[in-house]
Amino acid sequence: MPLIHYVEANGAEYEAEVPVGESVMQGAVDNMIDGILGECGGVCSCATCHCYVDEDWFDKVGPPEGSEQLMLEMVPDPEPTSRLSCQIKVTAELDGLIVRLPVSQY
Amino acid sequence: MQGRVVIVGTGHAAAQLASSLRQQGWQGEILLVGEEPCAPYQRPPLSKDYLAGERTADNILIRPAAAYASHGVDLLTGRRVLSIDRATKMIALDDGQQLSYQKLALCTGARARPASIRGVGSPGVFYLRTLADVDGIRANISPDKSAVIIGGGYIGLEAAAALRGLGMAVTLLELQERVLSRVCAPEVSDFYSRVHREEGVDIRVGVEVLTIENDGGVKTVVCSDGSRFHADLIIIGVGIIPNVELAEACGLAVDDGIVVDELARTSDPDIVAAGDCTNHPNDLLGRRVRQESVPNAMEQAKTAAGTLCDRPVPYQVYPWFWSDQYDLKLQIAGLSEGYDQVVLRGGKDRQRGFVAWYLRGGRLLAADCINRPKEFMVARQLLARKLAVAPATLADETIDPKNWLS
Repeated sequence: MPLIHYVEANGAEYEAEVPVGESVMQGAVDNMIDGILGECGGVCSCATCHCYVDEDWFDKVGPPEGSEQLMLEMVPDPEPTSRLSCQIKVTAELDGLIVRLPVSQY
Repeated sequence: MQGRVVIVGTGHAAAQLASSLRQQGWQGEILLVGEEPCAPYQRPPLSKDYLAGERTADNILIRPAAAYASHGVDLLTGRRVLSIDRATKMIALDDGQQLSYQKLALCTGARARPASIRGVGSPGVFYLRTLADVDGIRANISPDKSAVIIGGGYIGLEAAAALRGLGMAVTLLELQERVLSRVCAPEVSDFYSRVHREEGVDIRVGVEVLTIENDGGVKTVVCSDGSRFHADLIIIGVGIIPNVELAEACGLAVDDGIVVDELARTSDPDIVAAGDCTNHPNDLLGRRVRQESVPNAMEQAKTAAGTLCDRPVPYQVYPWFWSDQYDLKLQIAGLSEGYDQVVLRGGKDRQRGFVAWYLRGGRLLAADCINRPKEFMVARQLLARKLAVAPATLADETIDPKNWLS
């Protein structure tokens, strides 16, 4: 199962095995990683699953599109590698992915 | 941060509280106890893609049941808490068990508001609040059959959209003169009525339902004006009421919800409460509110967990909500109650997306954003930062809303 690394804003690091096909947001919720909320359950409505994809991984993950992109422009503290983690589906290729979490989701 | 925390309820607030307690350093036992038979699940899909049959019960779980155990959280489902003894810090369950607590968290949520309609208990008549309700509804869905939905709020409209998608004939009956009358401006109500009618829903407003007659399978909804509607399936969505009885019975302050402060503390220092069941102060709004939403449940639960872990962070967030119907994503920032002006951005009559800004005395209160995610995000920041934008500017589509924040 792919291993995803979550790094909270306070530096705390977590590793979680996340099944292929599940989202990076769901992986955090399943593992009680609190820096991601995912209030809308993954339908791209709330922007409370904002993460910064590690630069070395951004090409593999890819850029946001559509409404995700529009919402990301307006999240607190956006960065060039910002994504909404509910829109990142875990694949075998993303084994080892590192995402950093913002100070606050709202 | 030792000892046992008992969380009463298994909804969104309860699931978040358990997780946040662990993350914020509670080392003792955490027990979730709730009446529903399954692990905490997401409620919003019940009236949307779960009703439409696009998701299974397993994939609306907030997290897999096993995830609780692996984080040392005990889950006791199918068990009702009968009473709380605050003097001895014990709770009594319906199976006779007595459990002690160090700290108690009430996440008792809300239940469907009962409709005063004769015949509500008939087979084929459902409220829409729990997984069990929707499983009952799903068993009665068939493309060649007809449904009557009583109530034109978000639940009723979302259900109408899901049932139309499954090919059912749908009639929606609303007591007021327009749908969404409690929460939206007439412009937004008109928009949703038009879209639902275009999608084939027969919307009737100003209709009071008196009786549901049941004649072996086919039911008839009888209204006060004499109109009658036949239906195989009837769904009632006329609001929810907070579950405050446990709190009331043990002497906690209750006033349209369990009264808590900005740290989610009840009138008992060992008891916090979060979610739909609470009535809490909101300094941004300048008043107390009871909210019915997942974001409120989750964010207040985080605060409640922080309070129990001696990491107090006041809960002060502008409310927000969402509703998905057909291809329409409605995102609402703020509370529109008390508005004296509505400004539209984009045309409500032709397109499938626009914004209704709600103002009072020129100050922004809320925004209904339909297929306008960027404006929604901007609206949240305008509210949080108390920034003023002239009504003419809010309406001007040539201006990028991003500019209002700089």
